[in-house]
Amino acid sequence: MSPTPQSPPPNSAAPTAREEILARIRRSTSGHARPAAEVDAVSRDYLTAHVHDGLIDLLAENLADYRAKVHRCTRAEIPGVVAKLLSEQGDRSVAVPDGLPEAWLEELRAPEAGVTLVPDSAALTATDLDAVDAVVSGCALAIAETGTIVLDAGPGQGRRMLTLVPDHHICVVRCPEQVVASVPQAMPLLDPGRPQTWIAGPSATSDIELDRVEGVHGPRRLDVILIEGEAG
Amino acid sequence: MSGTYVGMPSFPDAAHRATRDKQLRANLTRATHTIRDKRARAVAELEDWEGLRQAGKAIKDETLAHLDDYLLQLEAKVTEAGGIVHWARDADEANRIVTELIRATGQTEVVKVKSMATQEIGLNEHLAAEGISAYETDLAELIVQLGDDLPSHILVPAIHKNRTEIRDIFNRAMGHWGRPAPEGLTDTPADLAEAARLHLREKFLRAKVAVSGANFMVAETGTLVVLESEGNGRMCLTLPETLISVVGIEKIVPTWRDLEVFLQLLPRSSTAERMNPYTTTWTGVRDGDGPKQFHLVLLDNGRTQTLADEVGRQALRCIRCSACLNVCPVYERAGGHAYGSAYPGPIGAILTPQLRGIATDLDRSLPYASSLCGACFEACPVAIDIPEVLVHLRAKVTEDAKEHGGHRLERTAMRAATYAMTHPAAYRTAEAAAVRARKLIPKKVPFGAGKAWTETRDLPELPPQTFRQWWKETHR
Ligand code: SF4
Repeated sequence: MSPTPQSPPPNSAAPTAREEILARIRRSTSGHARPAAEVDAVSRDYLTAHVHDGLIDLLAENLADYRAKVHRCTRAEIPGVVAKLLSEQGDRSVAVPDGLPEAWLEELRAPEAGVTLVPDSAALTATDLDAVDAVVSGCALAIAETGTIVLDAGPGQGRRMLTLVPDHHICVVRCPEQVVASVPQAMPLLDPGRPQTWIAGPSATSDIELDRVEGVHGPRRLDVILIEGEAG
Repeated sequence: MSGTYVGMPSFPDAAHRATRDKQLRANLTRATHTIRDKRARAVAELEDWEGLRQAGKAIKDETLAHLDDYLLQLEAKVTEAGGIVHWARDADEANRIVTELIRATGQTEVVKVKSMATQEIGLNEHLAAEGISAYETDLAELIVQLGDDLPSHILVPAIHKNRTEIRDIFNRAMGHWGRPAPEGLTDTPADLAEAARLHLREKFLRAKVAVSGANFMVAETGTLVVLESEGNGRMCLTLPETLISVVGIEKIVPTWRDLEVFLQLLPRSSTAERMNPYTTTWTGVRDGDGPKQFHLVLLDNGRTQTLADEVGRQALRCIRCSACLNVCPVYERAGGHAYGSAYPGPIGAILTPQLRGIATDLDRSLPYASSLCGACFEACPVAIDIPEVLVHLRAKVTEDAKEHGGHRLERTAMRAATYAMTHPAAYRTAEAAAVRARKLIPKKVPFGAGKAWTETRDLPELPPQTFRQWWKETHR
C-alpha cells in the first residue's frame, strides 16, 4: 500500500485508515445471524444472448436508433465512403491512428482531395486535436443488441483522446467477425488491462427538460461503416 | 460555490414547502413520468430481467460479505497497474487527501465528472475553502453549480429547472467562471448545450487534474468503470495528467465478468437506454494514453457502520440508477432537496440515515419519507427491499425516541407499518386499494404507515397501477 498524506508518523501506534477500515469491515461482517454461507450463490441463469440471427441488421438498427449514421458497404467501397462522409461535413483534416489500414484512406491521399491527414503521435496534444475536424478508426468489436461499439486502443484505434476531441468520428466495423450478439458475449473477448471506450451513438444529453440534444462534448457526429463481404 | 445540505430542515418541513412550489412540481412530474415509462419499455425488452436482477443482487451480497478481501485484491491490482491507493475513514479525511494530492500537482483548478461520492463528502465546498476551483462538467451539474444550487435527482440533477431558468443562469453566471454565454442565447436545449460545450471545452483543454467517482471497480483486475452520456466523463478521464477518483468501498464487483450483469442492469434502469452513449474503463495508468498519474481514494464514511446492520446493509447494493426516485410518489411531490443529502428519493431515505446516523431531526424523519407503496422495491435492479429497510429504520428511530421521551406519530406509524409488512397479503390489498382509491380520496393514503404520514402532509399522487399489476400485464 502506498502512504496516504495524513499517515501517522512511523512509530505512532495509531492504526492507519486502511487498517481501521479493514478492521471495521471484519467487525461488521463477522458474527452475523446471517452467515456468509447463506448469501445467495451467484446464479447465472440469465441469458448469454437475446438474439441469435440477423445480428448485423440488428446492430445497424440499434446504432441508428441512437442517432449514429450507419453505412453498409463492401471492402472495396470503403475509400469512397470515407471520402464522401468527410466531404459531406466539409472536413479538411482527419486524424489517423497507428495501424489503420492504408486502403481506407486511399482517396484522401490524392492532393486534389484537399484533406490533411494528421497521423497520431505522442506529440499531438488535445489542443492540436481540437483543430482537427475528424477521425477515422476501427474498433475492437461491436455489440448488436445494444448498438454499441467498443474501442480498446488496439491497432487502428489510437489513444482515447483521438476519437474524443475531433467533432466527427467515422468508425469502421468488420462484419461479421467483429460483431457479437450481447454484452455477456463481449466481456470475455475484451482485455481489462487495455483502456476501453464503449460508444453507443454520439455524445448526447437529456439534462434540459429531458429533450435529447446530440453532442455536448464528444464528437457530435458518429458515422459507422459496416463492411461486409470477402475478408481481405 | 454550491449550497450545502448541512442544517437543512427535516424532511416533512422541506417537503411541505416543496409541494407548494408549482414550477418544481410540474418539472418533476413530467420528468419522472417520462423516464418511468421509457424505462418500463427498456426493461421489458429483456425477458431475463428478473434473472439479471437476482444475479446483480447476489453479486453485491457476495461482495459485501467479503468486502475486506475484495478491497485488498483491488488495492493490489490497482497498485500493480501503476495506480496509487489511499484510504479515507470519513469525509474530512477524504477531502484532505484529495486537497493534498491536488496541491502536489501545483494546480488550483480541477475538472470534475459528476460523482455522488464527492457530493456526499462536500468536496467542492472543501476545495473552494482551500483556494481550489472545482468545475463540474456534466451539463446538469454545471447548471446546478452556476445557479449556486443543489442537485435534486441522482441522474438528472437539474431536473427541477426548466429551460428559461437555465438560460438565465447561463447568462448570469458563465462569465464569472470562464467563457461567458454567447450573445442572444435562446432557451432551446440545443442552444443551451452549445453554450455549455464552448464554455467547458476551454476548461477541458487546459485542465491538468481531474476528479471523478466510479460506477464500478473490479477487484480481480483493478479496473474502474464510468458510465455517462455527454462525453465530459471521457474528457476528464482521458485528457488531464492526473486523475483522482473518490469511490465508496461498496462499489466493488469481484470479477470482470460480473460487469456483464451490471452493464445490462444499469443503463436500462437509469436512462432507459439499451446502453448509455459512453462507458470508459481504465486499469491503473497506461503509457501514452490517458493520465500519467492515477490516485484511487477508497471512502468509508459510514459504509462500514451500515454494513454492520443486517437488514440495512442491503442499501449498499445500490448502483445509483435512480429508478426508485422515478417511481416514488413521495419524491415526485417533494423533490430531491427535501431529503437533505446527496441521495434523494427512496434510496436516500434509507441510505442517508445509515451513513450519517439518526442524531438530527432530518435524519430521524427520513425513514418516514415514504408511503410504503412498494414501487421502489419493484423497480430496483438489485432488489433492495427499501420498504423493509424503512420499517426497520423506523423501529430504530422509535427505540431512540423512547429513550428520549417518545413520539406519538412515530409510534403509530411504526405499529401500522409493522403490521402491513408482516402481513404481505394485507399489504398487497392495501396497496391495490390505495391505487383504486386515488380518485376518491386524493388527500389520504388509506393504509398503514402512509396514513399516519399523510395525516400531517399533502398526499403525493399514486401511480395509476401498482408495479405488480404492470409487471403482470407486460410479462404475460
Ligand atoms: S436503490 Fe435500487 S433503484 Fe434506487 S438508485 Fe439504488 S439501485 Fe437504483
